[in-house]
Amino acid sequence: MTDFLTSIGYNHWILPVLLVLPLVGAAVVLLLAHARPDARDGEAADSEWSRSGAIRWATLIVFLLEFVLSVGLWWSYDPASPNWQAAVDWSWVPAWGARFTVGVDGISLFMVLLTTFIMPLAVLGGWTSIRDRLGAYYALLLVLTTGMLGVFVSLDLLLFYVMWEVMLIPMYFIIGMWGGERRLYASIKFFVYTMLGSLLMLVAILYLWNAAGGTSFAYTHVLHAASATGGAAALWLFGAFALAFAIKVPMFPLHTWLPDAHVEAPTAGSVILAGIMLKMGTYGFLRFAMPFFPGAALHPAIRTLMIVLAVIGIIYGALVAMVQPDFKKLVAYSSVSHLGFVMLGIFALTLQSVQGALMVMINHGISTGALFLLIGMIYERRHTRALDAYGGLARVMPMFAAFLTLVSLSSIGLPSTNGFIGEFLVLIGSFRTRPIAAALATTGVIFAAAYLLWAIQRILYQPLARPENRALRDLNARETTLLVALAVMIIWIGVAPGPILRRMEGSANRFVQLVQRGTPTGPMQASTEAR
Amino acid sequence: MLQHALAGTGAHPLAGTAARFLWLLPLLPLAGFVINGLISLLSAYRRGPADPSHPSDAAHGAAHGHEGIESDAHPEAHDTPSAHPAAWLVSLIGPLAVGLAFVLAVVIFVAMRSAGADALHTPFVQRYGSWMPVGDLQVDWAFQLDQLSMLMVLVITGVGTLIHIFSVGYMKEDPGYPRYFAYLNLFVVFMLLLVLGANYPVLFIGWEGVGLCSYLLIGFWFEDKANADAGKKAFIVNRIGDFGFLIAMFLLFANLGTLDFTGVAARAGALVPGGAVVTAICLFLFLGCTGKSAQIPLYIWLPDAMAGPTPVSALIHAATMVTAGVYLVARSSFLFAMAPVASLTVAVVGAVTAIFAASIGLKQWDIKKVLAYSTVSQLGYMFIGVGVGAYVAGMFHLVTHAFFKALLFLGSGSVIYAMHAAYHHTHRHDDAQDMRNMGGLRRYLPVTWILMWIATLAIAGIPPFAGFFSKDEILGSAFARAQGSTLADAHWLGLSGSTVLYGVYALGLAGALITAIYMTRMMLYTFHGPNRTGEAERSHLREAPWSMTGPLVALGILSIMGGWLNVPELLHRVVPIGPTTALERWLEPVVGGATASIAGAAEGAGATHTEAMLILVAIAVAVAGIVIAIVALSPARLRPKAESPESHGFGRVLEHKYYVDEAYDAAVIQPVVQGSRFVLWRFIDAGIIDGLFVNGSAVAARIGARIGSWVQSGQVGTYAWAIVVGVLAVLGAFTLR
Repeated sequence: MTDFLTSIGYNHWILPVLLVLPLVGAAVVLLLAHARPDARDGEAADSEWSRSGAIRWATLIVFLLEFVLSVGLWWSYDPASPNWQAAVDWSWVPAWGARFTVGVDGISLFMVLLTTFIMPLAVLGGWTSIRDRLGAYYALLLVLTTGMLGVFVSLDLLLFYVMWEVMLIPMYFIIGMWGGERRLYASIKFFVYTMLGSLLMLVAILYLWNAAGGTSFAYTHVLHAASATGGAAALWLFGAFALAFAIKVPMFPLHTWLPDAHVEAPTAGSVILAGIMLKMGTYGFLRFAMPFFPGAALHPAIRTLMIVLAVIGIIYGALVAMVQPDFKKLVAYSSVSHLGFVMLGIFALTLQSVQGALMVMINHGISTGALFLLIGMIYERRHTRALDAYGGLARVMPMFAAFLTLVSLSSIGLPSTNGFIGEFLVLIGSFRTRPIAAALATTGVIFAAAYLLWAIQRILYQPLARPENRALRDLNARETTLLVALAVMIIWIGVAPGPILRRMEGSANRFVQLVQRGTPTGPMQASTEAR
Repeated sequence: MLQHALAGTGAHPLAGTAARFLWLLPLLPLAGFVINGLISLLSAYRRGPADPSHPSDAAHGAAHGHEGIESDAHPEAHDTPSAHPAAWLVSLIGPLAVGLAFVLAVVIFVAMRSAGADALHTPFVQRYGSWMPVGDLQVDWAFQLDQLSMLMVLVITGVGTLIHIFSVGYMKEDPGYPRYFAYLNLFVVFMLLLVLGANYPVLFIGWEGVGLCSYLLIGFWFEDKANADAGKKAFIVNRIGDFGFLIAMFLLFANLGTLDFTGVAARAGALVPGGAVVTAICLFLFLGCTGKSAQIPLYIWLPDAMAGPTPVSALIHAATMVTAGVYLVARSSFLFAMAPVASLTVAVVGAVTAIFAASIGLKQWDIKKVLAYSTVSQLGYMFIGVGVGAYVAGMFHLVTHAFFKALLFLGSGSVIYAMHAAYHHTHRHDDAQDMRNMGGLRRYLPVTWILMWIATLAIAGIPPFAGFFSKDEILGSAFARAQGSTLADAHWLGLSGSTVLYGVYALGLAGALITAIYMTRMMLYTFHGPNRTGEAERSHLREAPWSMTGPLVALGILSIMGGWLNVPELLHRVVPIGPTTALERWLEPVVGGATASIAGAAEGAGATHTEAMLILVAIAVAVAGIVIAIVALSPARLRPKAESPESHGFGRVLEHKYYVDEAYDAAVIQPVVQGSRFVLWRFIDAGIIDGLFVNGSAVAARIGARIGSWVQSGQVGTYAWAIVVGVLAVLGAFTLR
């Protein structure tokens, strides 16, 4: 496989192609949507149908193509090499020294694969639920994908910032136009929150660019310059980055945009938000905020604050999730809890905890994405997300019940599913440097069982009392197919995460070492963290 | 790493024998799970419409849906006799998958025997691949075969096979038949992983996996809210225990840098004996045990777990899963031997649980609830055993208990089956599990009656039945360790270890008296005296088919003979049949070291006449209990459930299980749920966090309204175009220049 990939020069074109292909797709979709129907009036309805079909299929084909192309990275990626891989470095805005520089390491590799894996599923999940303005909807999804992939592969800070914004705006429209009843409120909240953070980040990026001589936005160049800043400047800059990313994570108490955005977004929007976009924040900490300013990140007060907020997020998110009457909101709060594990792992800064954090990022994308897809499926049938509106569905929808149970178990972190791997590694790693925080975070596994089992009891079990539920039909072939894909990932990662962990290890290790430069001098702490 | 080296040398006496097929043990029931699971899912599956939200499709679906539902719309689906169409295939695959595993287990056992007991001082470790490799944390998919895991595998697959066969008859009429066997097979898979895993994380897969199957099977008849609640309760309470297990693993890794059994055993010397670390590790492990093995304070889920089908209660909630905690302590015996305070805690919790649960058993009317509290109580005895460092005695009681308690549960299943069938014939809806509705059943179920008396005598501790030997050995060890052992020299909450151990012995003895009383009470009320089922129903009471009584007979034989597994030398002098202390010699390579280090000078110091005295006391107590029950209780005065008066005084407290569930609800569950709802969500989340931003949000909303009205006017296509063009311009123009 590797030989074949080398022979076609895979590494030289894959990342630009992955970024451009969705844009081409978006153009095609918009052309399809705006093409003048050549049929006469009598066939109008028919051609309308085929037009929406063509739009959907075009989008799906682009996403499937993206996925197939991106899978080559799994083999072409060389875990032993410390360099950026599949890297491309083109001139872009020479006047400012900004370049089109992209590349992957063991961290972004899996974020790219996660994105290309989730996107076709998100499209399939919303296959029949989106009915109006299809062209715009699918074009936005495609543009959004370029933005998300761009965020993960950019090695130039200006390019990163552009991609960050490219990602935000389509999601704002997806929530605001195709969302639920309170979509306007939710989309504005989403927009204001994230814009606030990203503007601060822009200021910080420009400051760093200036500090680095105003000649280059290149990642390594800025990294050196940033590491050189010390004292109050470093704290402020770290604060700006950290705030932008913490909103995106979201960390307690900056999380309240998330439940609203999740609940109001259409199925595909929720899946993408939870599955991919929530990782932007933690990715930002891993790639920028912490390696740039290790001194600030490891400043005892800041580090403790972040760990405390992470642990609060884990427990608070789970407890609030437990009492939600709305299934989507429940899953939204559970995301706050899961992302708390990621933040704990990152700031605990051991190899196990960081790799665990990366695993949680992947697993949360798969499991929570799957949960939102499942909610979308019953929502399409019953047009309600209230847990109390269901009950006894295991009787009429056994296939749905089986998948919901499996996905919930993975989210609960049952060993032999993917969810366990991430949480276990985060906790066992964090316990080495922060035993109390890790022990408190471990109580999260109890609450997770409580909120999800209670939820699935109210949906799947208990009497099948409502007549409208008795009429429900089980999953169709499309729904079953996409859930099988997710179920395979859940079991595969749970049983054999080794190949993934080995591909991450080098980059995770580099991250730990980069950040450990900021260790406050003190023999005790240095020795415990070096393990 | 260490394991790899061990396995790689190939010098192990079991290399090349049947033991190399160890991996097949869990794989056989796994295949059963997959096939039965697919049968269950595919036969119930009716494909949904291509467009679920489309009105015409939905109507179409609705019409079909109603049609499909009508046939089994009976509110109690499990009462409707409608055998699954693929039942014959399931009946074949389910028991066969476990039966073959049992055959393989026996073959491996024979291989171990022929390899010679002396040769097997190290476990046979097989490494199949890496599971979680992260830096210095290396967790492998690895199995470990030693005398302890072999014993457990034989019990699991042996008793498991009998219960699978019993289930064929018991569950045949249930529409969820394939699902039932899928879960039951899956349970065996996880249970085997639990006992075969060569490191704590693999053990933990099995540990949580059996909990999952328990959850699924307790809530098997999920349409009843009580059943679903019981399943959920079991899972969550077990998770509290699992929290302890996880912390113990973190402590082990942080201090020893490994989680393999062989690795931990090799490096345990680095821990300070009796120090805080090893004590904490053992106490957290034991917290896990109190969850899985239903000890105080986490025992509350087990009685509720009786909501599951009765064979499940026999297999999971009596014979195997709930004993996993005892296995865990025995597996970690080298750690517990270093932590006398933790060991004493285990023994004390075991003793208190033993008498506490037994006392509740005195006033239960539901036949399965009596057995449930009895199980909690008997598990307490096993923990006394492993707590006082008598690991062999604890495991011995685990094995004999698996025999007689499985027999009692299956026997009760046989009774319930008969009661159910009788009520079904006359279309009466009454409690088929309440003993007040039984009475005099010995005339209708003679085989079950005799077999259950055998099991009752075994659990009460009457020689020569199995339970006598194991319980006597536990109590004898507790008494012996009170002098001269490391435990006796330790201090526990300010008390000397010696005092604590005498207390444990006294509690255990008192518990044995109560055990004999409540078991005899159960037998008297169920099988003796006049029948209270009802005139019409009485004629329909009859013994279950042989597919069900067959396994009962097998377990009856085991309940009689099981004690011969480990006959103490003293008794062997009285009745010289078979080998002496066979189990002790078998388990010696695994737990011998830990036992010796705890017992120290106490080992063998006990004079023969003391030992004889203890045995006589134990027998006297058991006989006294049975006599008290026969004298004090008169089944003739009992009224059917519907006519029974409320009990008063302490009896009422016992009947309500000391109100522990109510106390937990008021002290833990309600504060957490209501606190989360009103304080965390409504007040902090919606009130403070969102409230603080209210002004900002209001402004934003006003701006938003303006943007929104523009958005909604249909100009979005233009806007999206603008984004696309903008992005293309920025990215493209410069790039392509």
